[in-house]
Amino acid sequence: MTTAVSIAHDVATGATTASAALESSLATIAERNGEINAFLYVDTDRARAMAASVDERIAAGETVGPLAGVPIAIKDNMCQIDVPTTCSSKILEGWRPPYNATVIDRLVAAGAIPVGKTNLDEFAMGSSTENSAFGATRNPLDVSRVPGGSSGGSAAAVAANMTPVSLGSDTGGSIRQPAALCGLVGLKPTYGLVSRYGLIAFASSLDQIGPFTTTVADTALLMEVMSGHDPMDSTSLPEPAPSLLAHVNEGVAGKRIGLVKELYEGSDAEVLESVRRAAETLREAGATIVELSMPELSLGLSAYYLIAPAEASSNLARFDGVRFGNRVNAPDVTAMMEATRTAGFGPEVKRRIMLGTYALSAGYFDAYYGQALKVRTLTIAAFQKAYAEVDLILGATTPGVAFPFGSKTKDPMAMYLNDVFTIPSNLAGDPAISVPFGTGEANLPIGVQLLGPGRSERALLAAARVLEIADGRA
Amino acid sequence: MSQLPNGWEMVVGLEVHTELLTKSKLFCGCENHFGSEPNSNVCPVCLGLPGSLPVLNHEAVELGMRIGMALHCTIAPSTFHRKNYFYPDQSKDYQISQYDLPLNSGGYLDLPDGSRVGIERAHMEEDTGKTTHMGGSGRLAGAERSLVDYNRCGVPLVEIVSAPDIRSAAQARAYAAELRGILIATGASDGRMEEGSMRIDANVSVRKTGEPFGTRCEIKNLNSLRSLQRAIDYEALRQIDILEEGGRIRQETRHWDETAGETSTLRVKEDAEDYRYFRDPDLVDLAPSQEWQDAVRAALPAMPAERRAAVAAMVASPTSAQLDAIEVVVDLGLERFIHETVAQGGDAALAISRVANELASNVDQAQHLNVSAFVATVKMEQSGALSATQAKEILGVLMESGGDPVAIAAAKGYEQMSSDSLGAIVEELITANPDEWGRYRDGDDKLAGFFTGLVMKATQGKANGKAVVAELQARR
Repeated sequence: MTTAVSIAHDVATGATTASAALESSLATIAERNGEINAFLYVDTDRARAMAASVDERIAAGETVGPLAGVPIAIKDNMCQIDVPTTCSSKILEGWRPPYNATVIDRLVAAGAIPVGKTNLDEFAMGSSTENSAFGATRNPLDVSRVPGGSSGGSAAAVAANMTPVSLGSDTGGSIRQPAALCGLVGLKPTYGLVSRYGLIAFASSLDQIGPFTTTVADTALLMEVMSGHDPMDSTSLPEPAPSLLAHVNEGVAGKRIGLVKELYEGSDAEVLESVRRAAETLREAGATIVELSMPELSLGLSAYYLIAPAEASSNLARFDGVRFGNRVNAPDVTAMMEATRTAGFGPEVKRRIMLGTYALSAGYFDAYYGQALKVRTLTIAAFQKAYAEVDLILGATTPGVAFPFGSKTKDPMAMYLNDVFTIPSNLAGDPAISVPFGTGEANLPIGVQLLGPGRSERALLAAARVLEIADGRA
Repeated sequence: MSQLPNGWEMVVGLEVHTELLTKSKLFCGCENHFGSEPNSNVCPVCLGLPGSLPVLNHEAVELGMRIGMALHCTIAPSTFHRKNYFYPDQSKDYQISQYDLPLNSGGYLDLPDGSRVGIERAHMEEDTGKTTHMGGSGRLAGAERSLVDYNRCGVPLVEIVSAPDIRSAAQARAYAAELRGILIATGASDGRMEEGSMRIDANVSVRKTGEPFGTRCEIKNLNSLRSLQRAIDYEALRQIDILEEGGRIRQETRHWDETAGETSTLRVKEDAEDYRYFRDPDLVDLAPSQEWQDAVRAALPAMPAERRAAVAAMVASPTSAQLDAIEVVVDLGLERFIHETVAQGGDAALAISRVANELASNVDQAQHLNVSAFVATVKMEQSGALSATQAKEILGVLMESGGDPVAIAAAKGYEQMSSDSLGAIVEELITANPDEWGRYRDGDDKLAGFFTGLVMKATQGKANGKAVVAELQARR
């Protein structure tokens, strides 16, 4: 597996070219995407022109960025100028944004080559990528199973070696859960560390963009490029990007790591075993393991399924057929909007819009949305209390390995429960990373999750690196 | 109409929306400009394109604070909410507005008649676009086509909500006029009702004096101060008629028809939408620092009431006509002419009269009138070097094309008439009109005007009226 760090190094030093790296990526996509359906759109011509431009700059002796020539796949809920952006929804089919998301601008400025847009659960609502209007994505490690979701296409693209790295977005686990199911490193950064400008919002107070990579070092490299204040996003943190890559080998000696039972209880035996071994590995590396209970976290799932749909019901109002995307004509404007939204949104999106609309309605607001905000406050307080005792927290990412297609689609609650360990970090706005550690049923990968307080990415990556080495992955 | 029948009293509260004179819109960098080509001042943010995010314009906050300070409000940490409803001119299908925590709250406005109207709040929000419905009734339902211009979408607004302290349509009008003056004085708004940069909704109810508040109706489409006053009077009487006939008032929103001079039902309360307000997660709390507030307060210019008082203080016991003239002068922002006249030893009352009449009749030109030239003209009139007619003529020329009043007077042949030649003319006219002269001598002062008129005619307005009266007095 080629990494972003090695490609960027080889391109910058002339050992290979950006064009060669891209062609390798395009060849794998051509070979495997028909089966996997990771990409909804491959932006071949533009990517080739960008790669050629990087190569010309290197030939001319110009300085290139830290991601020079690195092909990257972009989840199809991020805007890129003139590149079809659908959110895997019929309502946006054919829409080409007139502007770039801030992360796209930063990646391209660093020399990365966006090769195309990847599949997702419609508007990032789901945990299997089965909710896409353009077909499900298959897990490259076992094509009878889901890759996870909602960023399933971006996870599958990297797992199938179509691109060395990709971008996802994580609202309740949509990076970490597919990373775990596809055997990848997946980071949900501190809320506000990566600009949301150009990320089509699902739930604004929870959404964060983050990378899928095969190594912790690649995550560090991508985060250094993508993070840092963006004046276009009011919720962006004020400081510049943190230095991460130089610190990934810092280890965990002297760190206190909490093993939180609410973040692994109820998981499959193999998952429990991975979490236990991860704790042991970290202890052997010099950390102190502290067993903790955070009962408040069990309320997180319910709070999440009120807060996220409430925000989504408002965020998705603009898809009304008036200014962009598909329109279903009708005798008047109101009827046109209704017809457009009825035809354009899939069942899960409609379910969440209805849930959210109800939760915000007069007479129900206090009982539902208001109550959920209180639970969120409790969750934040619980983490603050925990981080007074420990530096980081360890748990599972998902209760089990990748599941077969259709096994959870009939029962929305069964699907929602797949996010029970990942949701608390989104509610708290804190960073969390999933790193492969061991395997389970059918030799499929298991991810363990490390959580930290706001702005603790450096410590999280160093701890993840300890597990990565112990797992024999790098 | 100041008096309602049979002990009825009206209770009125006004909601005034004013567009702010910022360079750019409230949440994006698009130009805030009225009258541009449709959909030319737009970007991904104000068009509500997927993925775009709002960023608060600090110039708008500063203007919002100026309004709050001028209205004696408390400025407090505030938040932005989303008001959710589907409408094509609302690009995101929600409006970002302040809800339970406004920027400004709890102030008041004192009117020239001495009454005080409470200000409940003055909060910030974004404007919507403009929809034009083609075909059908001209409303959304049944239209063949709807065209939307998003230039106005995202323009910053401040909504100023008064307490229900207003008790007559005339007081409502005075409140709106005074508020308009304040908005202009703060530099927050141009106050142009005809361009929609200041829009008023009126909440009207009636009750028998001393009883609890009645059910209110909200009146929309009040595009001028005159409409405001007429609509409130109409609505109060409509409600009184219903109540006197034993009926009940239905809480509703009503539309003012200026041509028909009546209000009609727009929508009833039962149809009111549930806006599902919640905190906008794309924006952070707005909590202006004390330093910022202090800087804004320090830079706040004098408000109209204070400015009127300053001008009135230059006139010894001003008459009510003079007070009205002072209101005109301050309304038009022309009091620098008065201040400079007085500073140069001129007569304030004469300056006020010239500004409230000659300058006020041509405000655009008056704004460019050289202050020193104005003062020189007033002083020439005051000294008798120019007649009133001549002074007005010269002010007209100065506003039209500028220049030096002395040179203009010379060019027009307005040399001061010597008292010898004036005396000779007066003698001639006395001889020619013996009867009138006799009556004047017997004490009929009105005839001074008769003789002055004759002198003016004979001198083609060159004579100074006061000098003529002096000549007459000397011969009485």
